[in-house]
Amino acid sequence: MKKFLYCDGLVAPLDRANVDTDAIIPKQFLKSIKRSGFGQNLFDEWRYLDHGEPGVDSSRRKPNPDFILNQPRYLGAEILLARANFGCGSSREHAPWALQDYGFKVIIAPSFADIFFNNCFKIGLLAIGLDSSVVDKLFDEVNAAEGYRLTVDLEAQSVRTPHGESFFFDIDPFRKYSLLNGLDEIGLTMQHAEQIAAFEARHAASQPWLFQ
Amino acid sequence: MQTLYDKLWQSHVVHEKSGKPDGMALIYIDRHLVHEVTSPQAFEGLKLAGRKPWRLKSILAVADHNVPTTERAHGITDPISRLQVETLDQNCQELGITEFRMNDRRQGIVHVIGPEQGATLPGMTVVCGDSHTSTHGAFAALAIGIGTSEVEHVLATQCLWAKKAKALQVLVEGELGHGISAKDIALAIIGEIGTAGGTGYAIEFAGSAIRSLSMEGRMTLCNMAIEAGARAGMIAVDDTTIEYLQSRPFAPKGGLWEKAVAHWRTLKSDEHATFDKVVRLDAASIKPQVTWGTSPEMVTTVDGKVPDPSRISDAVKRHDMEHALQYMGLAPNTPISDIHPDKIFIGSCTNSRIEDLRVAAEVVKGRSIAPSIKLAMVVPGSGLVKYQAEQEGLDKIFRDAGFEWREPGCSMCLAMNEDRLAPGERCASTSNRNFEGRQGPGGRTHLVSPAMAAAAAIAGHFVDIRKIY
Ligand code: SF4
Repeated sequence: MKKFLYCDGLVAPLDRANVDTDAIIPKQFLKSIKRSGFGQNLFDEWRYLDHGEPGVDSSRRKPNPDFILNQPRYLGAEILLARANFGCGSSREHAPWALQDYGFKVIIAPSFADIFFNNCFKIGLLAIGLDSSVVDKLFDEVNAAEGYRLTVDLEAQSVRTPHGESFFFDIDPFRKYSLLNGLDEIGLTMQHAEQIAAFEARHAASQPWLFQ
Repeated sequence: MQTLYDKLWQSHVVHEKSGKPDGMALIYIDRHLVHEVTSPQAFEGLKLAGRKPWRLKSILAVADHNVPTTERAHGITDPISRLQVETLDQNCQELGITEFRMNDRRQGIVHVIGPEQGATLPGMTVVCGDSHTSTHGAFAALAIGIGTSEVEHVLATQCLWAKKAKALQVLVEGELGHGISAKDIALAIIGEIGTAGGTGYAIEFAGSAIRSLSMEGRMTLCNMAIEAGARAGMIAVDDTTIEYLQSRPFAPKGGLWEKAVAHWRTLKSDEHATFDKVVRLDAASIKPQVTWGTSPEMVTTVDGKVPDPSRISDAVKRHDMEHALQYMGLAPNTPISDIHPDKIFIGSCTNSRIEDLRVAAEVVKGRSIAPSIKLAMVVPGSGLVKYQAEQEGLDKIFRDAGFEWREPGCSMCLAMNEDRLAPGERCASTSNRNFEGRQGPGGRTHLVSPAMAAAAAIAGHFVDIRKIY
């Protein structure tokens, strides 16, 4: 997993609620057996005017000039500002992969769908939930000022605006620790291997039919 | 006093990170279902790290998303889909994982075959790299969808890090009206609480209307828990559960069966258990549901109308609604019964089981699909469902009415194979998601029950199933 400490990044606003994982990365790209290369097809159906298929060179396709990420002022954005229930729908980790591959390091929204939220932390993409009134305010600010950046400090659990305002965000201590250190979660869990084996033995004794 | 969810959770905690029950816990996984789309990167990661699956026998694999629903003898035409399916075959063969291959009669949608085989049992923790894993909660199992990193984690450690959710009880009391199904209950609930209404919760469905549902109906309901934002949905064990499981291939036999049943009978919420939230629905008031937008919460009743965004005061909501109506090509205030689908899809892990097919066949029997319908297809959830339906002559009823009768798989639920909508085409679908492009780029999906989809096929537009029955 990628380490995450700090991000001072350009912000792109995606002003829609309930953005689902089919919109983040359409299913035809899920046929890939790789973990990388999804960034060029992030938000494919919104981002391009023509239909995308795997293996097609995106640089030859027609971008949709109206889509937010195609506007020059948001080029190179590392922080995505989104609305409620971001990432709803399927469990595809391809959605966080695509966001990360595109260059996003942080997603800020009033709320996230559970599986998506969870998947983000597995790959070192920081999903931050802030109060919807704060998110509203950030939308206003980013729309008003070209080049608007936010500073995200994981250690301090804070999001700072260019005006010096700072918002605290919540994160599970275990997730924070893993992110700060870029830990291999499987390796961590394997430290509990004996405990798992002991649990398994007890479990098999009490419900043997589960182990047929 | 414990809820069913408390019991399932507590009996699987291996380790608590903070020593406190509200933090991250390591949860033991009893059953791991695997399909071709979300597993290749997990198997690759496992291999690169030199790790092996912890408990092979917990894993059951099947290819369902990419498989063609037409003649399969010559394999998969699309080379990218073929590679993905072959990658699963190869991974399973190398590691010794049980897999139902494409031409195995037991092949089908992962959430149909798990219960059908008795591979999903009460009291289990079940995971799959698929959000509709919630389906298996119908058997009083704690079943959750996971991402690919977690698939790899479960393969390697047989465990998952999770945080305990809050408990939401959805109580549906009373008797369902004639022609009303579990799908209508599911959509009515989502219409009520919204697609994020269950976020952070595990839902237990309870009440007399739920108890009277068959296992097929319960699976439909739990399947859609994720559409309400809940990672898990579940229903207590009763006679219906136990009857369904008896003599399924993976279910316990003989003395072990008796023991298991005795344990399973305890899998229900204690009488005075408290939930963090309770939502009540009156079964008798539920009407046939039809979605009009691009999120399952954008739903109304068949006698209703497409809503009017100009009446919505919340700016974000209004904007979403306008956007959805534009995508769906619908004008505000259009009566639902004036909407004419081009295609009909009966299938998906929500509604492709034998009971769903029986209900739909009952509606189309002796009738023909309307001339305006370009394609009506039935895609059984598994090879065994297909076989059973053919034994009952349902395939003939569908074919005679003008439906196509296909091989099992996910098919046009998500259009990863050849089955898809063309841009602008409108579909009455028994699946679970009406997101933009879900059934094909530019395609327009209306979610309905199998009976409503069948009735729309015959009439050429949405009709109230209660008036046909
Ligand atoms: S039928 Fe549809 S929802 Fe179900 S597993 Fe397949 S693609 Fe997913």
